[in-house]
Amino acid sequence: MRELEQSARELGEALLSINRLAAREVITTATAKWGAVCTMEELIAPTLERIGAGWERGEVALSQVYMASLICEEMLPAISPTERPARRQPKMAIAVLEDHHQLGKRMVAQVLRAGGFELLDYGHGVRADSLVDRALGDDVGILLISTLMLPSALRVKEVRSRLSDSKTGIRLVVGGAPFLFDADLWQEVGADAMGRCATDAIRVVTALMDGEGGRL
Amino acid sequence: MNCLERVLTTLGHKEPDRVPLFLLLTMHGARELGMSIREYFAAPANVVEGQMRMQARYGHDCLYTLTYAAVEVEAWGGEIVFRDDGPPNAGQPIIRRPEDIEKLEPPRVRDSSSLGRVLAITAGLKARAGDRIPIVGVALSPFSLPVIQMGFDKYIQLIYDRPELFARLMRMNEEFCVEWANAQLEAGATAIGYFDPVSSPTITPRELSRRTGLDIARRTISRIKGPVAMSMGSGRCLPVVDDVARMGAPIIAASALEDLAGTKTACQGRMTVLGNLNGIGMRRWTPAQAEAEVKKAIAGAGQGGGFILCDNHGEIPWQVPEGVLHAISDAVNEWGRYPLDWVGPS
Ligand code: B12
Repeated sequence: MRELEQSARELGEALLSINRLAAREVITTATAKWGAVCTMEELIAPTLERIGAGWERGEVALSQVYMASLICEEMLPAISPTERPARRQPKMAIAVLEDHHQLGKRMVAQVLRAGGFELLDYGHGVRADSLVDRALGDDVGILLISTLMLPSALRVKEVRSRLSDSKTGIRLVVGGAPFLFDADLWQEVGADAMGRCATDAIRVVTALMDGEGGRL
Repeated sequence: MNCLERVLTTLGHKEPDRVPLFLLLTMHGARELGMSIREYFAAPANVVEGQMRMQARYGHDCLYTLTYAAVEVEAWGGEIVFRDDGPPNAGQPIIRRPEDIEKLEPPRVRDSSSLGRVLAITAGLKARAGDRIPIVGVALSPFSLPVIQMGFDKYIQLIYDRPELFARLMRMNEEFCVEWANAQLEAGATAIGYFDPVSSPTITPRELSRRTGLDIARRTISRIKGPVAMSMGSGRCLPVVDDVARMGAPIIAASALEDLAGTKTACQGRMTVLGNLNGIGMRRWTPAQAEAEVKKAIAGAGQGGGFILCDNHGEIPWQVPEGVLHAISDAVNEWGRYPLDWVGPS
C-alpha cells in the first residue's frame, strides 16, 4: 500500500495547487491499477478528508477545498465504477434549508459522490415541511442539511419535530457556518450529527451507518 | 469623554476613560420601533430613529448605517429576499454566466435609490449626532462583492479559470467601491468598514490573496478619503495582519476563531483591534456569560488602548435578546474603566 500512499500524496498536492492535469493523471493511473471502487474509497475520499482537516485547522482555504472536490467530481465519468453506488449505503438526500446559499451543499455533494456515494439533491430554499415530505416519499435514510444563515439553521428544529412525528428513523446531519460558530447548536436543533467541513460528510455518514451519532 | 473622543483616543493607542463598545446592530431597530424588518429598512427615517434609540439605550460608542450587505447588488439591478427573522439576502445573481461580465455596466452611486437610502440614513444620523458619536458606514470590497453578484461557486471558478473576466470585474467593482465609500464619507460617515471576507485565509489561500484581494484592498483603501476598518467578516485575519497594516487601514476586525490577545500583539500598535465577541454564540448567553466574555476580551486586548470591543462579524444576529445586549453594555461599564487595574500588565 506504499504505492497508494504515494498516490494520495501526489493527488493532495495536485488538488491543493488546483493542478487539474496532474490530479487527473493520478486518478486515471490509480483507476487502471486498483479499480474504480478502491480509487474512490482509498484514494480520493481520504485525500479530500485530509484537505478538509487542513481547512479546519486554518491551514487550507475554502476555495481550495471547493476546487479539490470539484476536480475529483469532474473525474467521475472517467472512473465509471461498474456497481452504482460504489458503496453499500442507505438512500441519502441533501438540501439547503430556507437559505439560498448553495456552496456548502454543492461541496458536500461533490465530496460524497467523489467518495463513491450517491445522493439526491433537493435544491435550495427548501422549507421544512416539503423537505420532510420529500424525504419520507423517497424513503431516505440519511438527510443532510446545509445552512449559512442562523435563522435557517434554527429551522432545523422544525425538520426534527416533523421527522419525530412521522416516527421514521431518518438520521439528520447538519453543517454550515452557524454550526461552526456555536459548537452546541447541532444538538440544540436536534440533529444526529454535524460535520465541520464538507469533507467530514464521508466520515459522518459512515459512522451513522455503523450506528454512531454525535459530532463525529 | 464623549463617544467620538473615546474612540479617537483608543485609535491613537492611548487609554480613554473606558473601553469603547461598538454594538453593530442592524435589525434590532425594527424591534425597537415595532415594525417588520422589511418595513424598517424601507424608510431612512426608521433606521435613524432606531439607531438613535438603541445608542441611548445601550450607551455604546457608534451609530451604524448598514442596512444589509445586499443593498449594493440592489444598486447593480439585483433583487432582495426578505425574511421576518433575519437579514435580507441577495436574490438571483445578476451575473449568470461569466460572459455576462463583458456587458456589465457599473451603477452610479447617485443614481441608485437603494444606496440613496443609506446615504439618507447617514446624513440623518449626522444631523442628530453631530460630532458626538462616530458614524460607521460599510462598503463591500471589490473582491468580496462578486459572491453576491454571481454566486460563490461560479466566482471561485472565475478567479482560477477566467483571469481576464475576473480582472474586468475587479476594475468595475473597484471604481464602484471607491465611489460608494467616499459618498458615505461625504454624507457624514466617520469611518468605513471595508468588508472583505474573501481576502481572508479562511476563504482564499494567502499567496493567491496577496496577488488578488489584498492587493485590490491596498489600492482601494488608499483611495477612500477617510479611516477604514478592515473586516474579514469573522474569517481569520492573523496570517495577513502585516499585509493589512501596510495598507494604511487604522483598524482591523478580529475573528472569534482566533485569539484576540494574539491579534492585538500581532498588530504591534500599528492598528486598533476591533472584536471579537461571538455574535452567533451570543444568542444563548446568560448575563453571567456575557460578563465573562466581555472580561475575557478586555483582559486580552484592552491594555494601552488600541482596542474597541465589538462582535466578530459586523452584525449582531436578530436572535440575540436585548437582555444580552444590556449585559454586555453593563459589563463594559463595570470592567472597561481605565486604568484596567484588575487585568495586570500586558
Ligand atoms: C464570505 C462571507 C460573506 C460574503 C459572501 C456571502 C455569501 N456566501 O453569499 C459577503 C461579504 C457578501 C457576506 C454578506 C453577508 N453575510 Co456573510 N459571511 C461570509 C463568511 C466569511 C463565509 C461564508 C461562506 O459562504 N462560506 C462558504 C460556506 C460553504 O462555508 P460554510 O457554510 O462554513 O460551509 C463549510 C462547512 O461548514 C461545511 N458544511 C456546510 N454545509 C454543510 C452540510 C453538511 C451536511 C456538512 C457535513 C458540512 C457542511 O462545509 C463547508 C466547507 O467546508 C461567513 C463567516 C465565516 N467565517 O464562515 C459570514 C457569514 C456567513 N455571513 C453572515 C451574514 C449574516 C451575512 C449577511 C446576511 C450580512 C447582512 N446583514 O447583510 C450578508 C448576506 C449576503 C447575501 N447573501 O445577501 C453570517 C451568517 C450567520 C448569521 N449571523 O446569521 C456569517 C456566518 C458571519 C457570522 N459569523 O455571523 N458574507
